[in-house]
Amino acid sequence: MGAETYQIDLGNLMAFDPSHHFQSIPSAREDLVKECLQKGTELVQAIANALFSLPSTEDPDGPIVHLPQPTTRLPREKHLPKPKPPTKWELFAKAKGIKNRKKDKRVFDEQTGAWKRRHGYDRVNDDKDVPIIEAKLTDEPGEDPFAQRKVEKKKRVEKQEKNRLQNLKQAMKAGALPSHVQLAATALPITGSQKEAPKKASKEELENVAGMAATATASGGKFDKKLPGEKAPKHAGKFRKFLPVVEGKGMGTQEKQQTEKILNQLMAKSSHDILDVNKAVTMFNVKKERQRKKEKDREVFNTSNKLKPKKKSLKKSSKKKN
Amino acid sequence: MLKIKTPRTHRAQRALEKRAPKLVENGKKTLILHGTKTSNLLNSVLTQIYHLKRDSAVNYTKKNENIRPFESGGETSLEFFSLKTDCSLFVFGSHSKKRPNNLVLGRMYDHHVYDLVEVGVENFRPIESFEYDKKITPRIGSKPFFAFIGEGFESVEELKHLKEVLLDLFGGEVVENLNLGGIDRVFVCTATSSTTILFMHCALRLKRSGTSLPRMELVEVGPSMDLVVRRHSLPNDSLKKEAMKTASDQPKKKIKNVSSDIVQGKIGKIYIPDQQVGNMPLSNDIRGLKRERREAKKNKVNGEDQSKKRKMDPQ
Repeated sequence: MGAETYQIDLGNLMAFDPSHHFQSIPSAREDLVKECLQKGTELVQAIANALFSLPSTEDPDGPIVHLPQPTTRLPREKHLPKPKPPTKWELFAKAKGIKNRKKDKRVFDEQTGAWKRRHGYDRVNDDKDVPIIEAKLTDEPGEDPFAQRKVEKKKRVEKQEKNRLQNLKQAMKAGALPSHVQLAATALPITGSQKEAPKKASKEELENVAGMAATATASGGKFDKKLPGEKAPKHAGKFRKFLPVVEGKGMGTQEKQQTEKILNQLMAKSSHDILDVNKAVTMFNVKKERQRKKEKDREVFNTSNKLKPKKKSLKKSSKKKN
Repeated sequence: MLKIKTPRTHRAQRALEKRAPKLVENGKKTLILHGTKTSNLLNSVLTQIYHLKRDSAVNYTKKNENIRPFESGGETSLEFFSLKTDCSLFVFGSHSKKRPNNLVLGRMYDHHVYDLVEVGVENFRPIESFEYDKKITPRIGSKPFFAFIGEGFESVEELKHLKEVLLDLFGGEVVENLNLGGIDRVFVCTATSSTTILFMHCALRLKRSGTSLPRMELVEVGPSMDLVVRRHSLPNDSLKKEAMKTASDQPKKKIKNVSSDIVQGKIGKIYIPDQQVGNMPLSNDIRGLKRERREAKKNKVNGEDQSKKRKMDPQ
């Protein structure tokens, strides 16, 4: 079966026999399997021999062996972590030669005579705990020194936050942002009124972008090859129905039906289902006539002859000759 | 305007730090999924692979229409899943007339596709079809042995690639120390031709031999199949170089309570807990009580004689 030299990689618990030739692959599967198992047993025996001859340390679970480095190298899963660039303070400290001194968690407070913690609740030298602030010559009479102190503290905190952000931006540029921090763009930039903040495109907008560009083609993007996952472009506007050029055999012409439909719609606008306009007009006229007649009769009844308005005779002879 | 976003809970922070790139990496996780159409055979292959890699694999059951690993645009979904589940290996199964019972074994680097090997599965025998003593079943998570037989693994490009991918896929976690009592399983791969390999999973039995080196016995246990290599894609050289980079020096482990002084040399600090005098349990073998005991024994013996005498009296 070839030479007995196997390539053994103990770090991966692997053995490779490069010199094995299958003279003839046995046709029956069982024979093939048997041969493979046999060969496999030899290889595994070789690995085990090498493994058990390594120095082992005793443990309640069993003998533990320290494996050597694997010879077959496998690729990494993620990139190597990049070293963080030094922060502004670190650079300054290095330049000045300032060394970091270990500080205790508890500090003796002279004022109260007790051991207080350095940071946190009820801390030593708290800015808020000062009861009396002596007035200096430079102070104006109307100012509140306590409020001033608060404002100064707020300014210091803001400055520190700004510096921290700058340090993180530097780290991001170097590609070494710490794994738990994310920098997210939030508001509009204050500088440059013309520049609009880069709007985060929504999923729908991105899906429509390709469709919008496709309408520039001659066939309106209908026959463009689509990427996997791309949906068909949305049809903007109404769908129109065009009549066929050549009519088939049927009940009547489709054109006639179409025009009839349109006409009916038009007529329906002027005709009312509930109200018959002509009839209503005649009824109204008749009513009016009757009313007029009634009024005339009443007038005749009420007024005397004297107050009868002069009836102007329309005869030619009545006209006075001047 | 940039805002600094940090996780609000410790748990979230730990989860993020687990997924961050490190010098010494965590074990690789595998994502098992399938495409639009799968055959019964392929489904059982995928589930058996999942069982082999129980703790370090994620099994997706829905079908994914838009994944085509070998096409340039068809791997975005895969990369998204890899990012979300933090898996750097994947097994993608699909079945078509042109490529029946197709498995694509792939690796990721930085959640982008690194390399792929497409194999077809033939002559598959599931775990259930093997009969063996259940006591020797290999345990989940045990480090396997590998046996590669055949010159094809060295000479043929595709088989060499497949060998590497199989090592990665079934190799388990990278460990420095191994417990010799936990040796359970072995994967035997034989190159039967220049395109096919016979893949078998066997349990190991260590038998007594005359010497300190045990005799190995292989019992076929797990799934066995013929893998026919169809296509493969290797990474380009620059990407390969970057992925193979290792940190040459080990991270210095800080030893606590040891410091060095110029005058005295190496100094160590020992912290002894306070002695609780009142709560100490008394042991029976205190040397100070030896004489007392001797005397007590002597008295006891005398007392017994007296009692015997007394007994005899009434008689």
